[in-house]
Amino acid sequence: MFGTGLLKGLGVTLKHTLETFADDRGKVPDRYRDSIELGQGRRIINQPIDQEGLLTIQYPEEKRQLPERFRYIPMLIWDSEKNEDRCTACGICAKVCPPQCIWIVRDSDANGKPVTRPAEFYIDAAVCMSCSFCVEFCPFDAIKMNHDYELAVFDRYPQLVYDMEELTVPLEYYAALWPEQYAVEQEKRAKDEEEKKAQDEAKAKAAAAKAAAAAAKPAAAPAASSGGAKLSRAEELKRKAQERAAAKAGGDGESVPSPAASAAAADGEVDAKKARMEELKRKAQERARQRKAEAGE
Amino acid sequence: MATVPPNFPEIKQEQLKPYLHDSIVVPDELQGNVLITTLDKVYNWSRKSSMWPLLFGLACCAIEMIATAASRYDLARFGMEVMRPSPRQSDLMIVSGTVTKKMVPAIVRIYNQMAEPRYVLAMGACATGGGPFKEGYNVVSGIDKYIPVDVYVPGCPPTPEALIYGLLKVHEKVERQSILTVPWYRKDQSEFVPVPRLGADIFDPRQVELIKETTMKKPVEASAATTGGGDAAAHAAGPKAVSGKAKSRMEEAKRRAAAKRAG
Amino acid sequence: MSATLVAEAPDQTQTGTLADVLPGVLGTTSDDTDKAYLVAADKILDALAYLRDKEGYDFLSSVTCVDYQGYNGKQRKGISERFDVVYHLYSTKKGGGHVVLHAPIPSNDTIASATSLFPGANLQEREVYDLYGIKFEGHPNLRRILLWDGFNGHPMRKDWKEAYFDEDSKPFRSRHPKGSYEFHEDKLPWGKNATYPAGWDPDTWQAPVAYVPVSQAPKHLGEAHLDTESIVVNLGPHHPSTHGVFRMLTRIEGETILALEPEMGYLHRNHEKIGERNTYLMNMPFTDRLDYLNSMSNNWGYALAVEKLTGIEVPERAEYIRVIMAEFTRFVNHTWSIGFILNDLGALQTPALYAIEEREMILDLFEEVSGARLMCNYLRFGGVVRDLTAGWLTKARYLANDRLPRALDELDRMLTDNEILMARGRGVGYLPAEDLISLSVSGPMIRAAGVAYDIRKAEPYGVYDRFDFEIPTLPHSDIYDRYYIRLLEARQSVRILQQALADIPGGETVGFGDYASATLSQGFGSIMGGKGGYNLRPPEGEAYARVESPKGELGFYIASDGKPNPWRYHVRSPCYINLNALGPMSVGYKLADAVVILGAIDIVLGEVDR
Repeated sequence: MFGTGLLKGLGVTLKHTLETFADDRGKVPDRYRDSIELGQGRRIINQPIDQEGLLTIQYPEEKRQLPERFRYIPMLIWDSEKNEDRCTACGICAKVCPPQCIWIVRDSDANGKPVTRPAEFYIDAAVCMSCSFCVEFCPFDAIKMNHDYELAVFDRYPQLVYDMEELTVPLEYYAALWPEQYAVEQEKRAKDEEEKKAQDEAKAKAAAAKAAAAAAKPAAAPAASSGGAKLSRAEELKRKAQERAAAKAGGDGESVPSPAASAAAADGEVDAKKARMEELKRKAQERARQRKAEAGE
Repeated sequence: MATVPPNFPEIKQEQLKPYLHDSIVVPDELQGNVLITTLDKVYNWSRKSSMWPLLFGLACCAIEMIATAASRYDLARFGMEVMRPSPRQSDLMIVSGTVTKKMVPAIVRIYNQMAEPRYVLAMGACATGGGPFKEGYNVVSGIDKYIPVDVYVPGCPPTPEALIYGLLKVHEKVERQSILTVPWYRKDQSEFVPVPRLGADIFDPRQVELIKETTMKKPVEASAATTGGGDAAAHAAGPKAVSGKAKSRMEEAKRRAAAKRAG
Repeated sequence: MSATLVAEAPDQTQTGTLADVLPGVLGTTSDDTDKAYLVAADKILDALAYLRDKEGYDFLSSVTCVDYQGYNGKQRKGISERFDVVYHLYSTKKGGGHVVLHAPIPSNDTIASATSLFPGANLQEREVYDLYGIKFEGHPNLRRILLWDGFNGHPMRKDWKEAYFDEDSKPFRSRHPKGSYEFHEDKLPWGKNATYPAGWDPDTWQAPVAYVPVSQAPKHLGEAHLDTESIVVNLGPHHPSTHGVFRMLTRIEGETILALEPEMGYLHRNHEKIGERNTYLMNMPFTDRLDYLNSMSNNWGYALAVEKLTGIEVPERAEYIRVIMAEFTRFVNHTWSIGFILNDLGALQTPALYAIEEREMILDLFEEVSGARLMCNYLRFGGVVRDLTAGWLTKARYLANDRLPRALDELDRMLTDNEILMARGRGVGYLPAEDLISLSVSGPMIRAAGVAYDIRKAEPYGVYDRFDFEIPTLPHSDIYDRYYIRLLEARQSVRILQQALADIPGGETVGFGDYASATLSQGFGSIMGGKGGYNLRPPEGEAYARVESPKGELGFYIASDGKPNPWRYHVRSPCYINLNALGPMSVGYKLADAVVILGAIDIVLGEVDR
C-alpha cells in the first residue's frame, strides 16, 4: 500500500529517539560505559560493540579511542635512557618508502668519515602515504608511527616538510602510545643487550690481553669528539626552533601579527625542543593515565 | 541530564568569551542580561557557524569526507550538514583527493564560480602536494599550484577527526578576519583564476611566456617527436629559467642545509 | 594451498593440444608460470574466434600490452617485436583457468581489433591505444580515454619519462645518504608537474577535434512529425550523482537517451607507471588506493599474483584471516553500494546513512589490526603483516553473528518492497546475460542476470573451497535485481564469516608474539617487520591472478624480468570493464535512469581510472 514505507521509516526514527532518550536518563548513559571521562565535557569514546547504532563522537571535545596500531605520520625515537637518537642513518626506511618521501643525510665526524647518525632527516607529510613500511623494516626500532592527527596547517611549505627535530619524540611518548609493543620490544632489546655485553666482554678480554695500553688511547678520542658534536647540535636545534617559530608566526593565515607578538612568540619558544618534549611527556602521561583508568574499569 | 557536566554554565561562559568585546566591561549587575560585542565578531561568528561545503569528492579522501558527514562524526554540529552541489551556494571547497591534470580545469572553473567569501581546504596528501602519486604524469602536485588554499590537512587519508581539525582551522582563520579589511567588499580585489588548458601537457595561461622561452629557444629535436619523450625540453632547461619563487625556496633550502652542516 | 593458487591452464582439447589446433600459433612460453601462446598478429582474430566458438572461452577478461624495449630476459630471445598485446580468456561455462595469448605487434603498431568478436574489448583497447599507441584496426571508436586528445606521446612506453622523473626504478639514490630535501617543483622552470615537447607553442596550439559517438547521433528518432532536435547533455565530471569524477555524455530526445558515452580519466593517477618504478612490495599500499572502499580485497589480488609468480606458500591461519577480511570488505562494499543506489534514486542521505552505519564498526576492526580505517595495507606476500590482536575475534564474532545479520534484516525490511525502488528499478537498465558476458562484465552484475559465475567457486583461491556458501542469482538483470543481489551476497558473506570465524585455526593469540605470515617470522630485529620482501626478486616470467572483488573480477597481471621491480604491472579493473555495459544499458531509458544505472554498476573511480 502506498505510504507504508514512509510510516515504517518514521517508526525506526521514533524508536531510536525513544531509546536514546531513555538511555540519557541514566546516571552514566549506557553508551558511555566504556568511555573515559576527562571532565569539562571531554571524554575518550570507546563504543561498546553491542551498542546499537553509532555513537556520535563530538570532536573536538570527545575523541575516539585509537587502537595501538593506529598509524598516521612517522616519528623518530629519542632514546631518553641513553640520551641519543636511535636512528643510525642506515637508510632502510628511505629505501622501502613507496612514495620515497624520506630524505636522510648521514652525519660525518670531524675528519669527514661517515658516522652512524643522521645529520638531517626529512619526511614530506604531503607525500607520505602512512603505509608504515619504514616502521616495519627499521632494524633499530628508531622510527614509529605517531598517533597525532591534528596536523592541519595554513601553509604547506615548510610546515609540512617535517625535519628531524619535528619528528623526534622521547621514548616515553612512544611507550604511552604503543604500550604493548613497547613492552615486547624492551624485553627483546634487554636480551640482545645482554648478549652483546657478554660478547663485548669476551672481546675486550681478548683485546686487553693483546695490548692494553694501545687500546685505551683511541677509545678516548672518539668519545670526546662525539660529545662535542652533540653539544653543538643542541645549539643548532635551539636556533632552528627559533627560526621556525618566527616563520610559523609570520605565515599563519592572513592576519599580520605585530612584531612584538612575533618576538614574544619567538622568545617563548626559545627552548622549543625542551618545551615540546615536556609537552609530549605530559601528553604521554595523560594517555597512560587514561589507559590505566580504562583497565581499572 | 547526565551527559551534561555539572559545571555547564561556566563552560558555556568560557566558550562565549571569544565572542564578547575585549575592552568594554559590562557592569556586574547587568551581567547575564547584556552582551557587548563587536561587529567583526558577530559577522565572523555567523559566517563560520553556517559554512556550507561544496559537495565535491575526488578520490579516496572523499570517502572519509562522507564518513565525516555521516552519523558518527556528524558535520551538522558545525552547521555544515548541507553540502551544496552548486558552487554558487557554497562557501568552502574541500578538495578531497588526487587532483589530476584532466580534472584541474573543472576545479578551477568551479572555484571561480564560488561566491566570495570562499575558502579552500586541501584534504589529504594528494590535494596538498601530490601525495604518493606526485610523480605521476597526470597528477597535479597540489591544488595550490592553481588556486589559493587556506588550510592543508596532511594524512593519507586524513581520518574524520583530522578533517574536522582542519575545518576548525578554517574557522580560526575566519575569526581573524575583519570586516574592514576583507578583500571581497573592495573594488577589483576579487581574484579570477585563469582556467588552465590542456595542451601537449597542461599549461597555465599565465605561464605561456615562460613555457615558450624553454620550448621555442631550442632547435626542434626530431627525436622528441618520434619517441614521444616527455622529457625533451624540460630536462634540457637550465637553471636560468627558474622562477623567482622557486629560486627563493631553493635558496632557503640550501641555507637551512648549510647551516645544519656547519653546526 | 598453492595447488589452488596455480590453476592449470587446460591445454588439452578434444583434438589434441591447443598449440596444435589454435590458428596462427608461433610458439609457447612453456617454462613460464603462466603458459602463454604466441600468436601471429594477423591471425589473432582467428585464434580468438576459435577459442570462443570451439573451446568455450567466452569471457575475454583482460586485454593489455607489454612494452619489451630494453628487456634483457631470456623469454624474448628470438623475438624482435617491441610490443605484445596480451589477451586473457576464461570460460564462464566451464570455469577453471585461463588461456593467455601474446600477439607480437609488427612495426606499424597495428593489430586487428577484437571488438567484433568480444565487444568487451572496447574500453581496454582504447586504454592500450592511449597509453601505448597501439592502433586497433576496426575499433569503432579509437580515441584516447584516460588522457586527453592532444597529449604528447604515450606515457606507458618505456622511453617516456615524466616531468618529475628521478630514476627508472626505486629506491632513488637521491634519498640517502646525501638526501637533503629537494622540491621536485624546483627542478622545472614553471614549477609544475608538466613537460612540453621542444618546439611546442602554447599560443598557437589548438586542441584536436575528436569524434565522440554521441556528437553525431540521429536528429530524430523515427518521428519526423516532431519538429524537435535531440540535444547533448553532459553529466559531470563535477556532478553529485556520478560517484566521483566521471562524465557521461548523453544525447537525448525529450528525456529519452539515444546514446551515452562515458568519459573518464579524471582520476587517472598513473598507477601502472608508478607500479613499474616501484619494487614489488611498494605496490602493496598503492593497491589500497585502487578501489578505496575495498583495500583488503585489492591487497589480496596483488598478493596472489606475486605469490603465484614466486611460489610463496601461505600459512593456514593467514588464509583464514584473508578470507575474513575480504568478506568483511564485501559486506562494507555492498551495504555502501545499496545506500548509494538509493541516494541516486532520490532518497538523499537517509538510507545511505543507515546503510553505512555498520561500516564504521567494521572499519574499527580493520583499524585495530592494520592501523588504518581505509588504506589497510594489511596483506603481505605469504601472509598478513601481523596477527590479529587479542580480543579481536570476539568482537568480529559478535559482529558476524549478531550485528551484521540484524543490519541486513533492517535494510531488507525497509527497502526490498519499497514502492519507489520497485517503480524505478523494475525493468530499468535491462541487458541480457549473453550481452553482459560478451561485454566482459563480471561480478554482481552478471549474477543479477542469472549467470552463476563467481571466481570463489569457478576457480577457488585461498581457502574458499572449505566454506559452505551459495552463489545467489536473480533472473531479471535490471536495477532492482542489481540492488537485491548485493543484499543476498552480503548475506552469503556473513555466512562465510560465521564459518571462518568459527574454524580459524590457532585460537586466540595473546600479545604480538605470533605472526601469521611466513615471511615475517624471518624478521631481522624489529618486532613488527621482517624481510617480508622489500627486495623481493621473483623469477622471470609472468602471472595473472584474479579474485572475486566485491565489484567483479579483479585481476593483476605481472610480468617480471627477474629484477626487483616489475617489468609490467597491470590491473584488470572490474569497475572499468563493467562500464562497457553502461552505454548499451542506458539507451532507451530516461536520463534520470542513467544515473541509477551507473549507480547500480557500482563503480569506484580510483579503480576505473587507476
